Amino acid sequence: MNAAPLLQIENLHAEIDGKAILRGVDLAIERGQVHAIMGPNGSGKSTLAYILAGKDGYDITSGRILFKGEDLADMDVETRARAGLFLGFQYPVAIEGIATISFLKEAVNARRAASGKDKLDAVEFLKQVRSLASQLSFDESMLKRYINLGFSGGEKKRAEILQMLLLEPVLAVLDETDSGLDVDALKTVATGIESLRSPERAMLLITHYQRLLQHVRPDRVHIMAKGSILRSGGPELAQKVEDGGYAEFQQAAQA
Amino acid sequence: MPPLAQQTVDTVERLRDERKKYDFFTDIESDKAPKGLNEDIIRFISAKKQEPEWLLEWRMRAYQRWLKMSEPDWARVAHPPIDYQDLYYYAAPKSNADRPKSLDEVDPELLRTYEKLGIPLAEQEILAGVAVDAVFDSVSVATTFKEKLREVGVIFSSFSEAVQEHPELVRRYLGSVVPYSDNFFATLNSAVFTDGSFVYIPEGVRCPMELSTYFRINEANTGQFERTLIIAEKDSYVSYLEGCTAPQRDENQLHAAVVELVALENAEIKYSTVQNWYPGDAEGKGGIYNFVTKRGDCRGDRSKISWTQVETGSAITWKYPSCILRGDDSVGEFYSIAIANNRQQIDSGTKMLHLGKNTSSRVISKGISAGRSSNCYRGLVSIHPKAESARNFTQCDSLLIGDATSAHTTPYIESKNPSALLEHEATTSRVSEEQLFYCRQRGIGEEEAVALIVNGFCREVLQKLPMEFAVEAQQLVGISLEGSIG
Repeated sequence: MNAAPLLQIENLHAEIDGKAILRGVDLAIERGQVHAIMGPNGSGKSTLAYILAGKDGYDITSGRILFKGEDLADMDVETRARAGLFLGFQYPVAIEGIATISFLKEAVNARRAASGKDKLDAVEFLKQVRSLASQLSFDESMLKRYINLGFSGGEKKRAEILQMLLLEPVLAVLDETDSGLDVDALKTVATGIESLRSPERAMLLITHYQRLLQHVRPDRVHIMAKGSILRSGGPELAQKVEDGGYAEFQQAAQA
Repeated sequence: MPPLAQQTVDTVERLRDERKKYDFFTDIESDKAPKGLNEDIIRFISAKKQEPEWLLEWRMRAYQRWLKMSEPDWARVAHPPIDYQDLYYYAAPKSNADRPKSLDEVDPELLRTYEKLGIPLAEQEILAGVAVDAVFDSVSVATTFKEKLREVGVIFSSFSEAVQEHPELVRRYLGSVVPYSDNFFATLNSAVFTDGSFVYIPEGVRCPMELSTYFRINEANTGQFERTLIIAEKDSYVSYLEGCTAPQRDENQLHAAVVELVALENAEIKYSTVQNWYPGDAEGKGGIYNFVTKRGDCRGDRSKISWTQVETGSAITWKYPSCILRGDDSVGEFYSIAIANNRQQIDSGTKMLHLGKNTSSRVISKGISAGRSSNCYRGLVSIHPKAESARNFTQCDSLLIGDATSAHTTPYIESKNPSALLEHEATTSRVSEEQLFYCRQRGIGEEEAVALIVNGFCREVLQKLPMEFAVEAQQLVGISLEGSIG
C-alpha cells in the first residue's frame, strides 16, 4: 500500500524575477481530501498554484513538490496536466477563432493520445459535454463561442469548471474560482466542484473569502501570508478569518 | 530597290531563316534544351509543343520586351542575384530511370510530412516523383471526372492541349488579363512558359465539381514556368483548387507562374491555392523562389472573382493575386494566410482596381511570422474616376511568434472618386505566453498549442476554403510552424 500523500510540498521556496515569493511552504494532501488555502492579497497563494502547474518564470529555489510520488520538477506543463493535475484559472485567457467545444475536444483528445487511447467519438463527446454544460447552467450556445472571448466573469468560471469535470483530474487546484460570481453562480459552481469529490481525487481551493467554503466544505484549511503557511486547521479556521480577518494570524506569526 | 532584287533578297532571307530553323530542328528530339535563354530556346520550346505561329510570335515579343526590363526591387525580399543564363528553360519530364525507385530512396523528412498530412501511399509515390508504371486509382478517377465535365461542356485540360484543341479560345484570352509586357517575371513567363492548366466554362454552366490541379499530378511535370487561363462565360460558376498541401519535389529553384482569370457577365470564379513548395532549411539554404503573377478580370457586370490562398512554402514568395473590377456591380475578394518561418521571406497582398460602378472588394489577410522570417503585406486599393459608389473593406492581421521575426503592412489606397467608401483595419499581436500556458495546462502539447492558436487566428480565411481542403490546410498550418518555439 502506498501511504504517500497525493501531493507533498516540502519546504518550498520560490521566486519570480529574483524576488522571493514563497518562503518555506509545507503541505500534504491525501486522496479524497479537499483543502483550502486562504490568505490576503500578495500572500503567495496564486504563485503556489502556478508553481504546481509549472508556469514559466516561477523558479523553485529550494524544496520540492511530489505529485503521486514523482518530483514535479521533472515534468513539463503538459505532462503534469496529463498526469491529472488541473488548474482552474483565476483569469482564464481567451483564444480567438477557437470555439469552446473545439478547445474542449483538443484537451480531451490530447489527454487520451498521451495515454494511448483513440480519439473520442464525436457524437459521444458532444453528448457528454452537453450534459455537463446543462448541469452547470452553461448555455449551450456558449460552446460555439470562442473560448473565454467576451465571456462574463461568471461564464469564464463555469467554463473552467466544465473543463475540470470533463478532464476528471486527480488533483484540481482552483485559483479564486469564487471571485466575481453572484450567489446563484457560486452555488452552481460549488455543486460542480462537489460532484467531482471522490475518494480517488483531491482538491486545493485557493480563495480570499470563505463564502465558497460554505458550499464546498473543506477537510483542511490553511492560512497563508507572506509566502508561508501560518496556521492549519479544520473548517472552523475559515469562519475565524471571516470574523476577524487575517490580521490576527499575521500578528501571531510576527510575535 | 527594284522588285526583282527585292525578291532575291527576300528569298535569301527566307532560305537563311529556314536553314536556321532546320539546324535547330535537328535538336528537337533531345529532352533538354541547353542552359540559357535566347531566341533559339524559345523556338525550341514552341516547336516541341507544335505551337501555331502566332503563339511563337507572342513569345518572341515577350522575350524582346523582357530583354529591356529589369528585376523589380521594391519588394521586401532579398536574395542573391539570379543568373537567368544559368537556368534550364526546357526539360522534358524525367524518364523513370532518373527517378527514385521507391519511397526508400526519398528524403525521410518529406515522407514524415506526407504521413502527417495523411496522404495515401500511392499518392506519396506520385508526389515524391517515384518511378511508377502501374495505373493508379487517381488516374482513372481523373478520367471519370473529365468525362463528367465533357458532358456539361466544361473544358479542363493542360495548357498545351488547349493550344492544340482550342486555339481560338487561347488566342482570344491569352495575355488579355496579364499582358506579356506586364512585369519582369510575367514577361519572362510569357516567353518561356512550358505548360499549365486551361479551363473554359460555357455560358450558364455551373461546374459540377471543384476543379483541382491535383487531378493532374500524374501528368507531365508542368515545371517552373506555369501558365493558367480560366474563362467563365456569362452566368457560369467554377471553383478551382491549385496545388496541394503536400510538399512536392522540385529541382527548379525559380518559379514564375502566371494565372489569368476572366469572368464575364454574372459569372463567378473561386480560385483557391495551397502553396507548399520547399522553403529551404532552417538556415535559409535552398528553397524555391516563387515570383507569381495572378490576376482576375471581372469583365462582365455582376461578375465575381474570389482568391483564397494559403502560402506556407517557398523561400521567397512574391505574389499579389488581384482583381480588375471592370464590370458594374462586380465583386473582388482576397483571403490570405501567409506563414513565414525560419528564414522565409514573403511579400504578398492584392490589388483591387475599381473601374466599374458599385464595385466592391473585400481583403482579409492573416500573416504569421516565426523564426527569423520576414512577412510583408502589400496591397493596393484603387478607385478610378468612373467607379461610382465603390466600396472596399481591408483587414490585415499579423501574428508574431518569437522575437527575431518581422511583420510589415504596406497598404496603398488611391481614390479618384469622392463617393468611394473605404475601410482599413490592421492589427499586430503575438502568440502569448498566457495562451500557451493555458493550452498546455489542459494537456495540449506546446507545438499543438501553437498550431491551435494560429488556426484560431486564421479561422476566417480557412472557412473560405473548400471543405476537404480546409481540413488539410489546418494540419498544414501546424506543420509549417514546427520548431518555431522552444
